Amino acid sequence: MYDGGKIIPGLLVFLFLITSPAWYNVVTGRADYRPEPQLPSDQKECVKSTPYMKAFHMDLLNQWRDDVVRRGARVYGTVGGQTYDKSLSNTCLSCHANKAEFCDRCHNYLGVKPYCWDCHVERKEKS
Amino acid sequence: MGVDRREFLKIAGLSTLLGLGGKGALEVLSGKEAEASLQAEPQGGVRYAMVVDMRKCLERENCHDCMEACHREHNVPRMDNPRHEIKWIWTEPYEHAFPGQGHEYTEERLLGKPFVVLCNHCDNPPCVRVCPTKATFRTPEGIVMMDFHRCIGCRFCMAGCPYGSRSFNWKDPRKYIPETNPDFPTRMRGVVEKCNFCAERLVKGLPPACVAACKEGALVFGNVRDPESDVRRVLRENFTIRRKPELGTLPQVYYIV
Repeated sequence: MYDGGKIIPGLLVFLFLITSPAWYNVVTGRADYRPEPQLPSDQKECVKSTPYMKAFHMDLLNQWRDDVVRRGARVYGTVGGQTYDKSLSNTCLSCHANKAEFCDRCHNYLGVKPYCWDCHVERKEKS
Repeated sequence: MGVDRREFLKIAGLSTLLGLGGKGALEVLSGKEAEASLQAEPQGGVRYAMVVDMRKCLERENCHDCMEACHREHNVPRMDNPRHEIKWIWTEPYEHAFPGQGHEYTEERLLGKPFVVLCNHCDNPPCVRVCPTKATFRTPEGIVMMDFHRCIGCRFCMAGCPYGSRSFNWKDPRKYIPETNPDFPTRMRGVVEKCNFCAERLVKGLPPACVAACKEGALVFGNVRDPESDVRRVLRENFTIRRKPELGTLPQVYYIV
């Protein structure tokens, strides 16, 4: 190999640089970081189970959107004796009042930018 | 031979008909479809409509209660530039609202008077026909609705609507909303919007915001399929006109002038 003395160290440096974010996390102890969305303290039950909501809340919201706007079916049903409307601003945010500490924590970590809030209004105070 | 001349012509004629028009041709010729189209509006069910009593409305010419209530309810922005204006319910001079009606001797009682106009929620809405994404659609209650999520901002509907009932958000409307109502979403830039007959209030059993706000009782709203409803009573007892009925859009906002 011509110039092997330069190419192989060069490749090693390249590999180190490209994996440096991972090394940085290992060194600083942030490798096992998990975003922790703040859960409402006064409510125990969501409209679906926690594992389902973690994995599929976006599907549920899309389903709600289509049901409400296009089919006029605005009532989700009763969970734990309480009837819920299919509404992001009025149902989800009535418990998860703080968008920055609930929605944004995971979304920012994962780098997703849902466009819900371009139109839907973030509640400022807890109702 | 088993087929005589008469039999042969019958078979040939029917096959030609089938070949040209398929099964549909036979159905049209059988007369059932033609009869169905002559039948009146189906009875029963719900079909929302509005009557604007301009005699009452013009008694308080500078009143904007209905517009203010609507704009507050639906987060309608107030734009500085008239070219960016967002209109859900607004006023037009009589001769603009009813271009076929005015003439050089139009009575003073009407000439130039502000007529309350809004989306007519047509039975045959051109905006729905031209929308390429089906963002605009008709609900079973006859409301011409917008699914803002699906609107791509092509503005075909604005070209299609003969009443100018649709507005395009040239700018981010959020900065121009005086007071945001958290119960209703705002819109984003690049989306068309219009009156939705307060579909979100109707499901709660409330009348549209403009109707509730009108102190003169000039706006009458209800189900035209119900012969006992207020709108039907008002329509029965008064002479009413509609905007540009000659276009065949079958508008469902009626005016008593």
